[in-house]
Amino acid sequence: MDFGPYLLLALMEGLVTAAVLALTASGLSLVFGIMRVVNVAHGEFFMLGAVLAWFTSQWVPGPPAVAFAVALVLCPLIVGAIAALADMLVLKRLHYEPEATIVATIGLLYILQQAALSLFGPDARPVPPPFAFRIQLPWFGYSGYKLAVVGAAVLLLVAVWLILRHTRAGLVMRATQIDRDTARAFGINVDRVYAGVFAMGAGLAAVAAVLIVPIQQAHYLMGGDPLLLSFIVVIIGGLGSLRGTLLAALLIGLSDGVISTFFAPTLAKIVATLAVALVLVFRPQGLFGTRAA
Amino acid sequence: MRLDRALLLHLAVLAALLALHFAAPPYHHSNIARIMVLAIYAMGYNIAFGYTGLLSLGHALLFGAGLYSAGLLVYHGGAGAAVALAAGVLAGGGMALAVGLLALRTAGVAFMIVTLMFAQAGYLTVLYFGAWTRGDEGIVIPQAARTIAGLDLASDAPRYLVALALFAVALLANLALVRSPFGRVMVAMRENEERSRMLGFNPFTVKLAALAVSGLYAGLSGACYALMFGYVGAGLVSVQYSILPLLYVLLGGAGTVAGPFLGALLMFYLIDWASALTDAHQFVTGAALVVLVLFAPKGILGTLRARWLRWLP
Repeated sequence: MDFGPYLLLALMEGLVTAAVLALTASGLSLVFGIMRVVNVAHGEFFMLGAVLAWFTSQWVPGPPAVAFAVALVLCPLIVGAIAALADMLVLKRLHYEPEATIVATIGLLYILQQAALSLFGPDARPVPPPFAFRIQLPWFGYSGYKLAVVGAAVLLLVAVWLILRHTRAGLVMRATQIDRDTARAFGINVDRVYAGVFAMGAGLAAVAAVLIVPIQQAHYLMGGDPLLLSFIVVIIGGLGSLRGTLLAALLIGLSDGVISTFFAPTLAKIVATLAVALVLVFRPQGLFGTRAA
Repeated sequence: MRLDRALLLHLAVLAALLALHFAAPPYHHSNIARIMVLAIYAMGYNIAFGYTGLLSLGHALLFGAGLYSAGLLVYHGGAGAAVALAAGVLAGGGMALAVGLLALRTAGVAFMIVTLMFAQAGYLTVLYFGAWTRGDEGIVIPQAARTIAGLDLASDAPRYLVALALFAVALLANLALVRSPFGRVMVAMRENEERSRMLGFNPFTVKLAALAVSGLYAGLSGACYALMFGYVGAGLVSVQYSILPLLYVLLGGAGTVAGPFLGALLMFYLIDWASALTDAHQFVTGAALVVLVLFAPKGILGTLRARWLRWLP
C-alpha cells in the first residue's frame, strides 16, 4: 500500500480512538469540573461497561443487534448506579477532600477489578458487532461498524452538551460547579447533584466501552489504558474544561493512530505520558484551557 | 540522640526482630525479611507523604531506579553486590531529585498526577528496553552474584541479618531525621506552607530535600529487593508498587516512625491470610484503602498517638 492510503487508514483508526476517548474523557472531565474529584476508578467503570456488554450478549436472545441495543441502554445505567452508590457511601463521607478521594477511588479500582476477575474470569471475550458490512474504498475495505462508532460518539457528545447547556438539570450542575454553597442556599440538593454527576461520568465511560467492545474484546484489565489516555486528554485540554477535553481527545486520538501505525505503540505512550507531566508542570491550565483559579 | 522512651521503643522493635531470627519458623522467617525490605521503602514514602505532606503516586519509579540499577549492574555489568547496593541507593536519590525538580513546581492533585505519569513513563521505558530488562518476564540474578562481604544473600540466615541491619540503620536514621530541626521544618511544610515561608524557609528546597531522602530509602529498598530475592521485573515498577507504600503508611499511621513497618507487617499478613481463604486478594487491598480512608485516616499508630501516646515520634 502507498503512503497516502496508509496514512488515511492510520487517521481513520485514530478517529475511532479519538471518538471513544472523547466520550470516556468527557466523563472524567465532567466529574473533575463539577465535583473537583480525580476519579482514579474511571477506567474500571469503562471496563465494567464492556464486561456487562458481554454478559448482555450472552443473555439476550436473538440477533446481536438486539443484545447490543439492550447493552447500550442497560450498561451505562447499571454502571451509573454503582457509581452513584460509591459516591453516596464513600466520597460524600470524605467531604470530597481531594487527597482522601484519590485514595478511596484507588481502593474502588481494586475492588471493581477484583469483582470483574472473580465474576467474569481472566480471559478476553469477544462481543459480536450489531452489524457487519465493509465500506469498500479504492485502496482498502473498512469496517462500517467503526464508522458507526464515530457517529454514535458524536451524537452522544452533542447530547451531553445539550443537557449541560439547555436543560434545567444542566443549569443546576453548572450552578453547583460555580459555587456549591450558594447553590445549596438556593435550594439545590447538592448531594443529589454530585451523585448524579458521578453516575453520569461513569455512564459515559460505560457507553464508550459498549461501543468499542465489538472491536476490542472485554477483559478485566482493560481499564488501564482508557484511564491513562483520559488523564492525558483531560490534562492537555485543561482540567475541567469540556471543550478542551474534546479538542485534546481528537489530537491525542489521531496522533496515537498515526504514531502507533508508523512507530512502536510503547514509544507513543512514553512520549504522551511525559508530555502530560510536562504540560502540568509548565502550563497547568492545559494547552487549550483558559487561566484556571 | 537522647535515650528516652521513644528511642527505647524503636530499639525494642529491633531487638524483637533479632529475636525472631532465632525463633521464627522458616516460612515466617523469610516473610519477615521481605517485610523489612518493603518497610524501608514505606519509611521512605512516609518521609515524603507522612511528614512533608507530599502525596506521591509515583514512588515505584524511585523503587524501580534502585531495583534496576542494582539488578542491571550485576546482571549485565558483572558488578559486585556492594557496588550494586550503593548504586541503587544513589539512583533512587538521584531519580527523586530529577523528578522533584519538575514535579514540585506543582502541588496537590497536579503533583499526584505528575508523579503518576512519571512513574508510568518509567514503567513503559522498562518495557520498551525489553532487550535488556526482559520486560514483564524479568531477569533472575544468579546466586553467585548475590554475595556481600562474604555473606550469601540468597540463603536465609545472612539475608535476614543483612535486611535487619539495613532496616535498623533506616529506622534509626528516620527517627533522628524527624527529631532534628529539619524534621520539624518538614512537618511545618505539611501543616502550613505559607506560614513556614513567612518564617523564612524555602518550601521548594525543603520539599526537594525530603523527596531526595525519600528516594534514597526507596532506592535502598529496591536494590535490596533485587539482591536478596534475585528477581527484577517490570511488575515491580508498576502502579501497584506506588500504591503499596501508601497503603502500608496509611495503615500503620502516616507521620509515625514505626508506622510504615507496622503497616507493612499487618498488610502482608492480611493479604497472606486472605489468599489462603480466597484468591480475591486484590479485594482486600481495595477494601483496606477505602475503610482506612473512611474510618481511620490516621492509621493505627496515628490514632494511638492522638488518644494516648502523645510522645510517639
